[in-house]
Amino acid sequence: MPIYSALRSLWHVFKHTFRRPITVQYPEERPRIPPRWRGRIILSRDPAGGERCVACYLCSAACPVGCIALQAAEDEHGRRYPAFFRINFSRCIFCGYCEEACPTRAIQLTPDFEMCEYDRQNLVYEKEDLLISGPGKYPDYDFYRVAGVAVGVKDKGAGERELPPVDVRSLLP
Amino acid sequence: MPVIYIDDQPYEVAAHHNLLHACLGLGFDIPYFCWHPALGSVGACRQCAVKVFRDEHDRRGQIVMSCMTPVRDGLRLTIDDPDVRRFRATIIEWLMVNHPHDCPVCDEGGHCHLQDMTVMTGHNYRRHRFAKRTHRNQDLGPHIHHEMNRCIQCYRCVRFYHDYAGGKDLNVFGAHHHVYFGRHESGALESEFAGNLVEVCPTGVFTDKPARRYYARKWDLQSAPSVCGQCGVGCNVLFNERYGKLVRVDNRYHYEINGYFLCDRGRFGHDFVNGEERIRRPLARESRGASLRETSADDALSRATQAVAGRRVIGIGSPRASLEANFALRELVGADSFYLGLSDAEFKSANLSLALLRELPTASLHEIETADAALVLGEDLLTTAPRMALALRQLARRQPTAESIVACPVPEWNDQAVRELVQQQKGSLFSATPGPTKLDEDAAAVYYGELDEIAGLGLAVAAAVDQPSAETDSLATQIATALRNAKRAVIVSGGNEAVMQAAAAVVRALRRAGRDAALCLTQPEGDTLGLAMLGGRALSEVVRDGAECVIVLENDLFARLPEADATAFLERTKTLIVLDHSITRTTARADVVLPAATIAESTGTFVNYEGRAQRCFSAFAPQPDVRESWRWLDALRSSLFWPTFDDVCRAMAQAVPAFAKAPDAAPSAAFRQIGNKIPRQSPRFSGRTAITAQLNVSEPKPPDDPDSPLAFSMEGSREQPPPALIARYWAPGWNSVQALNKFQQEIGGPLRGGDPGVRLIEPEAKP
Amino acid sequence: MTEPWRSLVVIVGVLAIALLVIMAQVWLERRIIARWQDRRGPNRVGPFGLLQLIADVIKLFTKEDWTPPFADRPVFVLAPAVVMTAGMMSFAVIPFAPTIGIVDLNIGLLFFLAMSSMGVYSVVLGGWASNSKYSLLGGMRAAAQMLSYEVFMGLSLAGVVALAGSFSLRDIVEAQRHGWFIVPQALGFVVFLIAGIAETHRLPFDLPEAESELVAGYHTEYSSMKFGMFFVGEYVGIALVSAMITTLFLGGWLGPWLPPLAWFGIKTFFFMCFFYLMRGSLPRPRYDQLMAYGWKLMLPLAMLNLLVTGAFLAAR
Repeated sequence: MPIYSALRSLWHVFKHTFRRPITVQYPEERPRIPPRWRGRIILSRDPAGGERCVACYLCSAACPVGCIALQAAEDEHGRRYPAFFRINFSRCIFCGYCEEACPTRAIQLTPDFEMCEYDRQNLVYEKEDLLISGPGKYPDYDFYRVAGVAVGVKDKGAGERELPPVDVRSLLP
Repeated sequence: MPVIYIDDQPYEVAAHHNLLHACLGLGFDIPYFCWHPALGSVGACRQCAVKVFRDEHDRRGQIVMSCMTPVRDGLRLTIDDPDVRRFRATIIEWLMVNHPHDCPVCDEGGHCHLQDMTVMTGHNYRRHRFAKRTHRNQDLGPHIHHEMNRCIQCYRCVRFYHDYAGGKDLNVFGAHHHVYFGRHESGALESEFAGNLVEVCPTGVFTDKPARRYYARKWDLQSAPSVCGQCGVGCNVLFNERYGKLVRVDNRYHYEINGYFLCDRGRFGHDFVNGEERIRRPLARESRGASLRETSADDALSRATQAVAGRRVIGIGSPRASLEANFALRELVGADSFYLGLSDAEFKSANLSLALLRELPTASLHEIETADAALVLGEDLLTTAPRMALALRQLARRQPTAESIVACPVPEWNDQAVRELVQQQKGSLFSATPGPTKLDEDAAAVYYGELDEIAGLGLAVAAAVDQPSAETDSLATQIATALRNAKRAVIVSGGNEAVMQAAAAVVRALRRAGRDAALCLTQPEGDTLGLAMLGGRALSEVVRDGAECVIVLENDLFARLPEADATAFLERTKTLIVLDHSITRTTARADVVLPAATIAESTGTFVNYEGRAQRCFSAFAPQPDVRESWRWLDALRSSLFWPTFDDVCRAMAQAVPAFAKAPDAAPSAAFRQIGNKIPRQSPRFSGRTAITAQLNVSEPKPPDDPDSPLAFSMEGSREQPPPALIARYWAPGWNSVQALNKFQQEIGGPLRGGDPGVRLIEPEAKP
Repeated sequence: MTEPWRSLVVIVGVLAIALLVIMAQVWLERRIIARWQDRRGPNRVGPFGLLQLIADVIKLFTKEDWTPPFADRPVFVLAPAVVMTAGMMSFAVIPFAPTIGIVDLNIGLLFFLAMSSMGVYSVVLGGWASNSKYSLLGGMRAAAQMLSYEVFMGLSLAGVVALAGSFSLRDIVEAQRHGWFIVPQALGFVVFLIAGIAETHRLPFDLPEAESELVAGYHTEYSSMKFGMFFVGEYVGIALVSAMITTLFLGGWLGPWLPPLAWFGIKTFFFMCFFYLMRGSLPRPRYDQLMAYGWKLMLPLAMLNLLVTGAFLAAR
């Protein structure tokens, strides 16, 4: 019978009588929240000010509780954007999988966690509630500069690490 | 059957296959791009490498392309060898050197064969740090979106479009690593089968353009197996829905009918489901002259019930409604007052078709493809039954191959070699039409003439079959000789009675001569033949008879009757009740309009040109006031008799002997797999707690489906469903449509568990 | 003041203080355990969170008092009352100070043992009357555990009785004027302490409750004040066992300088804290281990203690 271990446990716990509690007295005392804290979700914009989200559905696919719904649409240049983008925060578990899945760094979790409501319905955020005016944590990334499509952002071959478009009629090597 | 050894395990495989085909059929995963079960091998992509050993002592082996290696007895190979794995990873790395960083905005993403193969080979990091080549895209018309940067030069598109489907306006241009797949200039693709490029292309070069409007990923789509109602061929399709919109239509493999390919009408022709003209609320008018106003379902039903009660009611059926809807209407009005909603010509043609099909054997599309000679009498098939034209083209391509291979043994799957061997030879396909058709170029001989002249040619052929003569100069004799020489011959006709009779005469003559011959008669709409089997009076009689109350089921009388007759008839009608899904000239004149569900939202049975009953299932629950036609009609009767689809289907099978086997077309609603329904949504289906959250943050219960063994849910059986219930093609590691390999008994063969549907018509003449 | 009046004042006083102590214990336990776990515990309601217990009581009283339709209603209602009544009754024999005490029975110790035996009925009946799997399992466990530990609880006290020569608790305290019984009866003290924990089914011996496996054990189906009575019964048990240890082994009210009642309070408080410490630090043993400790270790130890004490007394 582990009497020694039981007595040792009692002693170790008892020693804590003389330690300060580590509890943060939240409303009066503000916790220090690191920038990569997984709080309220936002949609960011690219450096040029365009919506970063290309409505690829990867965030909604990654979401374990299925609280993200969106619909892809295209502008006149063929650029994809979400016609609507809805996050049901009353279901969200702030796991950050959506941010991890996002290939354009559009969806980001922020250090804001104070979003309680008395009515669950108010926790349904639409695109206008989610979209911010800046690039968030990633100031320089612009998906359409590295993608192969030309959707009004750049011409074919004008992106990063792209050759000018091929002249099909030429047989030169 | 030869035995091959994979990692020293013996497997029996079919002799006429290549190694890739055999290994995939055994369930092994070998990455591949350019090979396609319907298109054969060209060895362009170098992706399907395996290691072959000389004998059991050989440990070094050599790397070969499995798609270009014939199966032989005692062949020893390994698929999972470090050398071949490295080889395949290197190949895909090279293919990916120029592939753009597009997946998030690429419509193929999520069901992309290239993604699957990249994951399968284990290539996950781009080491090549130099610039990517780019291409300018072309506008390929309203159906196909072109994004040439993504091309990996597998040549599948050209091999399908140009070689398989006979399209002239898509080809490969340029040289070396600048090859370009497209048209000589921007413009709509001309082929009737261009839509298949979407499924044939292993990556996102050709994607579904209409689907871009409401684009959703494959895993988010709610899908159900269905049947295309655009013509009488009855190709199997998958309807895919998201947010109440029909997003896209995909091919559903049916070995006997459409195989791997659909026509563009079937693939892109179902947009009326989302259309502006859809009727989504019941409409009624207070009196003649008042305008139609939206009303509640109860109000519309009570108006309709009052109108129907105690009066002579005429019912007009429809060839685009399901059998059950037509049967429900016939039960409501009585067989004497049930008129088939067919024009005079259609009525005669449909009834004659039925009589001929009961007499003579017919052929499925697969049987047409594998026949040895065919004669088309009077039909422009690319208009009336495009998929059948594609089948006939395969006959024309295949038949000389079969002869040439005897002389020079090249495996049939070796596409490039076979085409070198065949050159420009054409098979025994003969076409007699009123004017030029696109099938002409595949035909060995063509005849243009009036319909009675074509009928005359048919009768001449029949006579020449009966009495073979030495003279070969006449076309009829030439055709008759080819048909007589064929092991199996197919005569295709339709539309005109005289021509159909002539076609039947040819078949009878061939059968008298002891040849195996089949008669294929095209039908204009999805359920024309089914309507003829149900039986009813001709629509022309209705004009004479008239009635106080008329119920029109999913039909536009102005399209079936002469303008004056239709107007006069509707003038005389006191109450006109119309069930339809979209606004027509008939609904505009109706007193009560009941919104019917479209084929994508309803469960029903359709009978195709060969008399095959096939079940379609609703891909999504219609809006609250929209109901399937048979439900509306059931509600119009004094009491509810058919709470579920199975009830109406069984009632029909009992009441109409011709449909006795119709309930067997698919499993009934009671069917369960390990106690579970079959889900319409993929396990990855996303957003279920947010889709309707803006309306109410508490999620609604998913709609019940008492009519089918499918569920509007992502929960349910994860097993492979029976073939009639396959709602999507997916297998672990295979997100693209190529997952179909895992659903077939042998690759390119029938589905596991047999192809769905039952033939309702047995010909008297035994083949 | 006449004798009956005085008795009445003492009775009411003892009951009131006992109840107050029990309520305070809830707060105290939460605060102390929080401290040991580097937390703060309830600190929002009133100064130091002291009014938390008022809030809890209000909450307990105003909760829906629900009797499951499948329960055996009379027994279901009776069970929680038994445990509380039995516990409170035991306080009658506790000598708080030379002059404070409700009654000085010459069989006080036996009265205590009898009353604590009543507690087991409450738990078993509650578990059985709930007519639910978890409750029944909890009740069965409680029956086996409490009956087993009662056996050597009595045995462990036999040494004390032998030394004091009386069953009266007042006499036992007086007998310790020249030395607390914890010294000669160290073994008996340990056995009684452990038996006391098991008897009150407190952690680590809370197998009848075992929330990680049995939801809430015998009181799974209880709500509102019926649950509250079980709750109170548990804390009455803690106070009672602490008071008994003080009386039997630590000389009761005896002590220098301070008034007797203060000494009694300090000693009792110390043991109550020890109960909380046990809860804050020890894991729950498996059920078979619990029974094995009881029968294979505690019982022999208690017998040994009695034997040695008897031999010592005989030799003297």
